[in-house]
Amino acid sequence: MVHTLNKKVALEIHKKIFLIRETEEKIAREYSNQKMRCPVHLSIGQEAVPAVLSCFLSNQDLTISTHRGHAHYIAKNGSLKKMIAEIYGKATGCSKGKGGSMHLIDRSVGFYGTSAIVGNSIPVGAGLSFNLLKSKNKNISVIYLGDGAIEEGVFYESLNLASVKKLPTLFICENNLYSVYSPLNVRQPKNRNIKEMVKSIGIDSLESDGNDIKKVFNSCKKGTNYVRNKSKPFFLLFNNYRWREHCGPNYDNHIGYRTEKEFRDWKKRDPLLFSYDLLKKFKISKTIISAIEKKQTLKIINAFRFAEKSKFPNKKELMMDIYR
Amino acid sequence: MTKIPMSEIINKTISCAMHDSEKVICFGLGVTDPKGIFGTTLNLEKKYGSNRVFDVPASENALTGFAIGASLNSSIPILTHQRLDFALLSLDQIINSAAKWLYMFGGQFNVPITIRMIIGRGWGQGPTHSQNLHSVFSHIPGLKVVSASMPDDVANLLYSSIFDPNPVIFLEHRWLHNSIGKFPNKLKKNELGKCKILKKGKDITLISLSYMTLECIEAAKILNKFKIDAEIVDLRTISPLDQTTIINSLKKTRRALVADTSNSFCGISSTVTSIIYQNIKNLKNKIEIVSLPFCPEPTSHQLVKYFYNDRYTIANKVLKMFKINKKINRDKSIKPDVPGSWFNGPF
Repeated sequence: MVHTLNKKVALEIHKKIFLIRETEEKIAREYSNQKMRCPVHLSIGQEAVPAVLSCFLSNQDLTISTHRGHAHYIAKNGSLKKMIAEIYGKATGCSKGKGGSMHLIDRSVGFYGTSAIVGNSIPVGAGLSFNLLKSKNKNISVIYLGDGAIEEGVFYESLNLASVKKLPTLFICENNLYSVYSPLNVRQPKNRNIKEMVKSIGIDSLESDGNDIKKVFNSCKKGTNYVRNKSKPFFLLFNNYRWREHCGPNYDNHIGYRTEKEFRDWKKRDPLLFSYDLLKKFKISKTIISAIEKKQTLKIINAFRFAEKSKFPNKKELMMDIYR
Repeated sequence: MTKIPMSEIINKTISCAMHDSEKVICFGLGVTDPKGIFGTTLNLEKKYGSNRVFDVPASENALTGFAIGASLNSSIPILTHQRLDFALLSLDQIINSAAKWLYMFGGQFNVPITIRMIIGRGWGQGPTHSQNLHSVFSHIPGLKVVSASMPDDVANLLYSSIFDPNPVIFLEHRWLHNSIGKFPNKLKKNELGKCKILKKGKDITLISLSYMTLECIEAAKILNKFKIDAEIVDLRTISPLDQTTIINSLKKTRRALVADTSNSFCGISSTVTSIIYQNIKNLKNKIEIVSLPFCPEPTSHQLVKYFYNDRYTIANKVLKMFKINKKINRDKSIKPDVPGSWFNGPF
């Protein structure tokens, strides 16, 4: 587990941010070929939080996420080949082609699934931590959620339950300001302070920048340490922004629910730029960086190749795994 | 062997399951309170500790998700709801998560949870405290739906549900909690998906579930006086349904009456009827369904007498099928809104 943001860690984080970004860009580029025939909710712009957080997690820390789960899965070292194959609907996909982009899973790295229903995975993540209470290694469960989930009843139920049962659960809320096309101001009262609201439910919390690697690092460190050492839930609120449309490969600043200016302002706070800045501060040479990036690009090419070459599930699969 | 009430049999079964596997945990609103879910969970906390048996917040949806999550990480949860109607707040977790997890993640995770829901009838339970929604849950692939009728049978059905690798909706009829039966010497694990022939007969098959099975048994006694020998098939598991036992019985009797504890629209009684029509060509009569009118349960005890069916409704329908021109009158001492003299309310 990581303690300080040093050269090595910064490179590891950069590797992940780059891998997520380029994977998502590749999906966006290829999407119109109609081989990925399922909804995709791209994580572009929101790479920093999962890339950093995953430095503090082991395979025994069980993670669960949402419809916008690509970044969370990739950051936790979920198999990229199996993810792309899943989006292609292939038998080699992480869910045998039966889940698609919104149902990613890689048990081997402790990534226990994603959900297509807003708020749905929150209580499941709380349940994952029940048997971690007794774990010697102070393992925790991590629940990714978005600002939209805060409007679901099950959010309050789950926080209350985690608080009462003192579950070792880390809630990671990424506030990207929009639930589909609905802005925060039509969904939540103007003066709401999510962090304080969560505290009043009985869970300590912290609000943080979601793009600046250093700030994200310090917040994730605090959050993971808190849950492990106190064996109590903690809530981290990160502010970030999705660059592309809610669902699909395109930009949608022109359709009228948000402004081009807002997008450009957030783009200046690109997690990738923060990452390059950090690498510069650590005086890491361009050669090293580009070697690492090349490796990631190759990984992506191989993953797409694997997905393309893989077979579709056969007819028999339709009626399999309904019951064990 | 001494006979004990079904509520006590359920209690002993949960206790045995918790004894047999440390993975079994038991929770739900009121599980450790002085009433212990009509006695079904009394003393379990004392025996197995508050880590495994615990009371919870009134958060049905989160608790169901919590049960699912715990089961993904090695627990075998039993979640109890004092009314099925309360569990409707957890339909997202039941239908979108529990029922789908195995399928939508390519068979990697099964969800071995049992959700006990208590259903009922009468004593003014009314529109939202008595619903028998077995057919609603049975519509969802991935869920198993179990409905115990006989006290002698409930232990094996519950034990099988707890150790079944799939999510099971386990329905208990409040009116059956006080019915008396024996606790089996050895508990069985593979009882789901099997109907049971409770009484052999040659003239007609009465097919039913839950509380209506008891009314069918009584109806069969009445019919016997008219030399009509009824076979009784207790469904036990609504989903997956044991079609073979039903079809084999019909091959013999070629007459059927299906008695449901709910209405028949898009319901199990219609499904059973359809299965019979598809498989039996030479029926002697059209199939009769005894089910509830398509309206919510009214609260007034003077209205429920038009709502519920009993042994007399069943017997009279069968007599008609056999063209016996006689109507059996209801025993006035039997009140349609109470299960028996043991029951004095309030719920």
